Amino acid sequence: MAWQWFHRLGSPRWFYEKTSRWLVWFAPLTIALLLIGLIWGLAFAPIDAKQGNSYRIIFIHMPAAVLSLVGYYIMAIAGGVGLIWRMKLPFMVMQAAAPIGAALTILTLATGSLWGYPTWGTFWEWDARNIFMLVLLFLYLGIVVLGKVYPVRDAADKACAILALVGTVNVPIIYKSVDWWYSLHQPASIKFTGASSIHPSMLYPLLLCIVAYYCFYTLSLILYTRREVLVREARTQWVGELVGAPNNGDKSGGERHA
Amino acid sequence: MDDQRGDNWSGVSAVFSRDLRLMWRHRSDLANPLIFFLIAITLLPLGVDPSRQLLGSIAPGMLWIMALLATLLSMDLLFRGDYDDGSLAQFQLAPQPLYLTVLAKVAVYWLTTGLPLALMAPLLAVMLALPEGGYIPLTLSLTLGTAVMSLIGALGAALTVCLRSGGLVLTLIVMPLYLPVLIIGANCVSSAVAGFDYSRELALLGAGLALALIVMPPAIAGALRISSNQ
Repeated sequence: MAWQWFHRLGSPRWFYEKTSRWLVWFAPLTIALLLIGLIWGLAFAPIDAKQGNSYRIIFIHMPAAVLSLVGYYIMAIAGGVGLIWRMKLPFMVMQAAAPIGAALTILTLATGSLWGYPTWGTFWEWDARNIFMLVLLFLYLGIVVLGKVYPVRDAADKACAILALVGTVNVPIIYKSVDWWYSLHQPASIKFTGASSIHPSMLYPLLLCIVAYYCFYTLSLILYTRREVLVREARTQWVGELVGAPNNGDKSGGERHA
Repeated sequence: MDDQRGDNWSGVSAVFSRDLRLMWRHRSDLANPLIFFLIAITLLPLGVDPSRQLLGSIAPGMLWIMALLATLLSMDLLFRGDYDDGSLAQFQLAPQPLYLTVLAKVAVYWLTTGLPLALMAPLLAVMLALPEGGYIPLTLSLTLGTAVMSLIGALGAALTVCLRSGGLVLTLIVMPLYLPVLIIGANCVSSAVAGFDYSRELALLGAGLALALIVMPPAIAGALRISSNQ
């Protein structure tokens, strides 16, 4: 009996119906947090003494970098749970997490290079973190592509899960080796601003932005997973009823991001 | 218990000798990575600059990158033949565990691709004017590194064996996982050239090989079960 909740997690229908209720308050909360955090950071936080206004991109850049790394582990854990307990829903979460993670790494790379141009004088520098983000993007793309090219859905899920799990072993190794490589090939001119010395007036909006990004990640994961649920369960009766029934609030929720 | 172990061993050695014999019958395929390695290294001075100083400074990295690409070249074929003629299904039905069979196949692949590349590398290093003292670490690091890369690449080959044109997907999957091996391996050679002790890098590559030997065979076996049964 104690495990009932766990097995219910494997049911796509249960997830869909549960999240329909959550989204009603969770989506507005996320949007509000994002707006408050970004407006606070971008408009009201004080100007940095050395970098001027260009430092403000940290409020977009840094939480995206955090989430792109966390997202990889969420994806891999979902894949592992799917492989071990043979549940459908975790695989859908995994497939939903891959494009979100790829988008976040692209956002991190893009904002990073936009910040790098006024600060470092170049859009791209072979810096340890740059390379790590690029490799992370490749890892995500590998999973997205592998999921797309496989002829059978079920096999695609398992193959992606294996690749993601092997990737988790490799991610820390890649991170360390790139870091090590960088310390050997250290270019002279670049210095990061110390993260520990950040002033509270900039730290609080940054923390708020991180929380908002976590919520945003969860929200998009839920929406993408709902889409995946609808696509894969399209032939089941409950989806048919859901789509066929008039005046159903869930319908718009599912199709908004389809 | 002992009986089972004996069965496993005889099964593995049968696969091992079968693969070696197959490789021997397709001797011309064996030369492919080596010729690719030679041609790529020949093109390099023509495309960049033939001065010994520049070549010597980029030689460690270039030799490693070209060797890496050369191993990727034939990776696609590792399980392809067995998949096409149905041997892969037989391996899965066989009494010995699939990961041991996989290990035997990867070992043969490394003996016929990675090891020749590592042995040929010093010759090409002479052409690239690699400074003194870089030759032994180059061979040693490539010997260990190609073994790690064979194990990683075999996972990619196993995942893409059911795809008709899996080559590009294989490259995309495998490349990021190769990155630490490349960094450590190329660094081993360049630190040896600079006159430093390179045993640390070799130890790291050996540790990587130990980790890959533990992690990869079950993962490859799982991937083969998934991709060939659909």
